Amino acid sequence: MNKIETHNVNLHYGDFHALKGISMSIVENSVTALIGPSGCGKSTYLRLFNRMNDLISSVKIEGDILVEGKDIYERGVDVDELRKKVGMVFQKPNPFPKTIFENIAYGLRVNGIKDKAFIEERVERSLQQSALWGEVKDKLKKSAFELSGGQQQRLCIARALAIEPTVLLMDEPASALDPISTTKIEELIYELKNQYTIIIVTHNMQQAGRVSDRTAFFYMGELIEIDETKVIFTNPKNVRTQNYITGRFG
Amino acid sequence: MSHLDTELKYLKDELLAMHRLVLSQVNKCKNALLGFDTDLAKEILVTEKRVNGMELKIDRDCENILALFNPVAIDLRAVLASLKINSNLERIGDNAEGISRYVLDVNTPFPAPYIEKFAIGEMADIALSMLEDSIQALENEDTTAARKVFLKDDLLDIINRKATSATMELIKSGADSPLHYLNLLSIVRKFERIGDQTKNISEEIIFYIEAKVLRHERNTD
Repeated sequence: MNKIETHNVNLHYGDFHALKGISMSIVENSVTALIGPSGCGKSTYLRLFNRMNDLISSVKIEGDILVEGKDIYERGVDVDELRKKVGMVFQKPNPFPKTIFENIAYGLRVNGIKDKAFIEERVERSLQQSALWGEVKDKLKKSAFELSGGQQQRLCIARALAIEPTVLLMDEPASALDPISTTKIEELIYELKNQYTIIIVTHNMQQAGRVSDRTAFFYMGELIEIDETKVIFTNPKNVRTQNYITGRFG
Repeated sequence: MSHLDTELKYLKDELLAMHRLVLSQVNKCKNALLGFDTDLAKEILVTEKRVNGMELKIDRDCENILALFNPVAIDLRAVLASLKINSNLERIGDNAEGISRYVLDVNTPFPAPYIEKFAIGEMADIALSMLEDSIQALENEDTTAARKVFLKDDLLDIINRKATSATMELIKSGADSPLHYLNLLSIVRKFERIGDQTKNISEEIIFYIEAKVLRHERNTD
């Protein structure tokens, strides 16, 4: 079943045509990797799904963008509700200047949840889901800034998971991390895909190969090719995809 | 040219050098066999060590490329195909060595009627022609040349199938020098294997260039 669909999506930043007629389907409970050179539109495409591009004043979006069959750009769509459903993790860990516990609890409180036992249970579950519980359970009251970069990124994933989204957007989530933390994030993605639909932007070809079920190659705002990841990395159909993944681009 | 391109070019050059050496070994087999040249047969045994050394070197180079460059798509296929081509070339080398040992096993030349009956000269020529095609296919990345090998392998298979009845006829007729014709039967089997291994090499070249897997298909063309 398709969790997300886009039909002929065009996006302009002022005069710049950043996405050109992108049509793509993303299957529920799968990992889709978006790859391509810098400026190709992959992060712009990712940000369509939680309407992050709305924050840019010159942006103009055309086409259908459906999450669970509903057009998320229709009038009357509550963006806050959408972002509960579609969580996001960024390139650099961005914990709030609060305790580890409060980082996770914050989203719940903002959403009006006051039940202390419920919040505690959800914090623990989110930290367990993000494979961080064992490392932080005895220091929940400490500042999130005391954690390592890799731990902070897993905390941000836990924070996103706490409000129980069904879609997780990851914009180069491991690019600022060391190999051990990167491995932990990748293992986490592998575990999470049973419950979440994950879209990940990455510049790391091997990472796309390891974590994703399907890979989409973007170039200059166009979707050049999307296929099963093992097909893209063994026998891509388009010569531009092959040139990019084999490092012979440009 | 990127670093990986340089490494892949070097790997291909090594494979071609080994391919040519193995072709030369099979050619020497033919001459040692038909001309009963035992010195040449001994030379094949010595050169076989070089073939083995090249196999180890190419294996190691493939391993290094996989570990250091993480190749994908056509580059990955190039390395995977190289590993298998390397292994098949080494086995062709082994078969050439085996044939030369059968030559050294007899004290007198193989009788001409036996050579003719088993179509040894024809087999050797077909096997050599297949190896030349596969070298051309690899060197020029030419899948048409690679596919020529398949039809020629069928010819070797036909000759191989006839060899058993040819041997039976010789046994029934009480022909002289059974060691000679029994060795020739074994040599026929070796050439047939060389044909199969060259066909395997061609399949790998096609896999590398066209990303098509032809192994275990009945009709490979």
